[in-house]
Amino acid sequence: MPGKTRNHISQNEALLFEMSSPGKKGYQLPDLDVPVVDAAAVLGTENTREEITDFPEVSEVEVIRHFTRLSTWNYGIDLGLFPLGSCTMKYNPRVNETVARTEGLAWAHPYQPESLSQGALKIAVELEQALAEITGMDAVTLQPAAGAHGELTGVLLIRALLESRGNPRKKIIIPDSAHGTNPATAALAGYGVANLKSNDKGLVDVEALAKLVDEDTAALMVTNPNTIGVFEEDIVKVTSLMHSKGALVYMDGANMNALVGITRPGDFGIDVMHLNLHKTFSTPHGGGGPGAGAVAVKAHLEPFLPIPRVVRIGEMLRLDENRPQSIGRVRAFLGNYGVLIRALAYIMAHGGPGLRNATLDALLNANYIRKALEPYFDLPYTNPSMHECVFSDDRQAAKGVKTMDIAKRLIDYGFHPYTVAFPLIVHGALMIEPTETESKAELDAFIEAMIAIAKEVESDASFVLKAPYHTRTPRVDETTAARKPVLRWKPQPAVNKAAD
Amino acid sequence: MRYLPKSDAERKEMLATLGMDSIERLYAHLPKEVLLDRPLSIAPGKSEYEIIDWFRARGDENAVGYACFLGAGAYYHYRPVMCDVVVSRGEFLTSYTPYQAEMAQGTLTTIFEFQTMICQLTGMDVANASMYDGSSAIPEAAMMAMRITGRHKVLVARTVHPEYRAVLATYAKYQGVPVAEIAYDPETGKLDLDDLAAKLDAQTAAVIIQSPNFFGCLEDTAKIAALAHSKGALLVFSFAEAVSLGLLEPPHEADIVVGEMQSFAHPPSYGGPYAGIVATKEKYMRQLPGRLAGETKDSAGNRAFCLTLSTREQHIRREKATSNICTNQALIALMATVFMSVYGKQGLRELAVQNLSKAHYLAGGLPLRFSGPFFNEFAVSTNGKSPEAVNEALLSQKIVGGLPLGKYYPELSGCLLLCATEMSRREQMDKVKGAIL
Repeated sequence: MPGKTRNHISQNEALLFEMSSPGKKGYQLPDLDVPVVDAAAVLGTENTREEITDFPEVSEVEVIRHFTRLSTWNYGIDLGLFPLGSCTMKYNPRVNETVARTEGLAWAHPYQPESLSQGALKIAVELEQALAEITGMDAVTLQPAAGAHGELTGVLLIRALLESRGNPRKKIIIPDSAHGTNPATAALAGYGVANLKSNDKGLVDVEALAKLVDEDTAALMVTNPNTIGVFEEDIVKVTSLMHSKGALVYMDGANMNALVGITRPGDFGIDVMHLNLHKTFSTPHGGGGPGAGAVAVKAHLEPFLPIPRVVRIGEMLRLDENRPQSIGRVRAFLGNYGVLIRALAYIMAHGGPGLRNATLDALLNANYIRKALEPYFDLPYTNPSMHECVFSDDRQAAKGVKTMDIAKRLIDYGFHPYTVAFPLIVHGALMIEPTETESKAELDAFIEAMIAIAKEVESDASFVLKAPYHTRTPRVDETTAARKPVLRWKPQPAVNKAAD
Repeated sequence: MRYLPKSDAERKEMLATLGMDSIERLYAHLPKEVLLDRPLSIAPGKSEYEIIDWFRARGDENAVGYACFLGAGAYYHYRPVMCDVVVSRGEFLTSYTPYQAEMAQGTLTTIFEFQTMICQLTGMDVANASMYDGSSAIPEAAMMAMRITGRHKVLVARTVHPEYRAVLATYAKYQGVPVAEIAYDPETGKLDLDDLAAKLDAQTAAVIIQSPNFFGCLEDTAKIAALAHSKGALLVFSFAEAVSLGLLEPPHEADIVVGEMQSFAHPPSYGGPYAGIVATKEKYMRQLPGRLAGETKDSAGNRAFCLTLSTREQHIRREKATSNICTNQALIALMATVFMSVYGKQGLRELAVQNLSKAHYLAGGLPLRFSGPFFNEFAVSTNGKSPEAVNEALLSQKIVGGLPLGKYYPELSGCLLLCATEMSRREQMDKVKGAIL
């Protein structure tokens, strides 16, 4: 089979503002069936603008070409393997896009009467139940808009519960392998952060944790499998230890794709966790969202969940806001509802047994890659991998080539890079998560590319340093972007005719 | 299963390279006590056809075929076909956050265009790549104002969307941030300037307003800004109806502008996903939460874009970050970008004028509750009938009426909030008027 990449032509593309010309139109509105109102007369001249200065004026044809051309400068799962560790970039089934656009759902107003929202509420209930079953938890809120938003919700729930017991406590323990959102969230919820150093296996150090946890500790935020893709083997000890000190355990569910159908966080002592529906449940990442960060809790946290809760009263599903212990709202309305529809469609397509099979294939793919690349890249932690494997660039760095350089060279081979330089406990990390939706042929092509790069580093390290070579855009100068920020387009200053 | 691209023979072959004879061996190292010893209690997998059919049935249990006069933070606007065409391209739909600039110039360029158009609409210097929605953007702006001013109190107008205020309250409560509400003038429906003046003090970090406000009325942004600034507080201006920006004077006097972009191409979708924005003056750029795309060059000297100023963000700064936000609403922001391109400078204005005209036609002859100028929403007294009874009568004519305001403002229990957009038809508006009068 031929390799993936090949040079091909590419055009430049102006920005919308640069192709704008006064009077060009890409729209036509229907004629008004009511008298036109003079804006300045009813709103006052001080309240109305003359025009939106420099706003583009382009035609419909230019719009479709502009965005279509730009799209070809992007890489997506539809083009191939997207092995970003911790991000679970799996295939996004298109039927989910179709059902999210169902007329009665897409055009449902959040304030339309409950009697005319039963279908929408039923979808929410079905999803809550499925997620509770998958996580082994007792109740689920669908309101948070993304993983970090779910984390904040979860930590506020912990705070509310502890407050109701008389003392919210002061700090949250976070392993040094955690995602950056964990400490940022703890701070946002008004907690101090106590850093827990991982043990020599990259896992939670139970003895160190026992020393760190005290009566000021509100919770431990743990990711399981952790960010090196390893299941926390002492997780039951860890959760019991925290509970024995009156503290709770939050689980970052970013890596839930490794566990679905095999084990449930609720069964190993987790009190509260979030799920990234845009990871595990395959809603499209869309270049950075929308996601959804459903939060699942044990019964003792249920009274504190955000309002409204969907409840069944008789035959009717209703939105209940009368929850005196609730932390309140974390977002307007019911959350990223369209994303919830997609997640439920994904769960329905797999079904219970199918979800477990997907997990097994995710584990198989990660371990297959690990086995094939182990001879070429340093594996700092050798305990069994779950859904992702994490190498270090130690061998290549000895030749002056860092993980980011390898990543850029991987682009030349037609793949999106793995996650670079994370987690922080691995020096120069290459964090690889293939997910279950990759064929053996795609994995083999990726492995071949990685091995080829490892060999290039041996034979001509300086060549790798200047990659990528085959992309439309060679290496981008991020340093200048940060030093002299240009965050918007502005018209060029008018040319001085006299000087010409 | 159709989403798993492997044959059993390939699985066996792959397992063999791992020295395993069964796929269960992959998790044999997990502690026995944590293993789930039964299948998940979720029905077996369904076909595409069954899934589409099931969701269509759920949709049919909702309000299909009704005209709707609800606004209140979720608006019915026509969605140009182009918006779905663009966001359905797999290169946009299935791409990740553009950290790898060399293979994400498409997304990065569109974010840069989005940021620019948000600046042009709001009169601000810089805007970010998006927030979750209009509601969660409010506490982010409040925290930003606290960082800038070093103060810790927040004032929010009662005319800000009640659910936005509720979200602010949740964030503020657990950070110990005192939030006080500013009353509205019961005549005009606009913020009460005297109450604002009385409540502003040397610890006020931000005054948060919305315009058009929850009652649809335009606030006196310049006067409010002058008052806030006279006490060293920042003005946070928010909007829920982006279409208004096509016609209304942008809030130049504000220090931070936040808002909701749902009106630009996303259907109400029972509350989400929408997209929020935060924009500000250049001097506050480094206090912005969330992602920013910036212009730079590639190694060949050509224009290129990348995410930038990331030292503000959680993945670098961890507990010292300006926000914990990571994933935002990129694809919804892209939809809005396409929407803005299709309508352009003239179209956004014409669209806004149509909204204004329809709403004023609907309001004509009705007992308006407030005298303040309004854009496409307004509060109306229901003429001695209960708002709920008016809505009930409209439902039988396949019309979803307005929002009864009593739930959020007990003193307005005899009022409905009505919204008309370019999609409202005259004959339906006549029926609404008939039900009230």
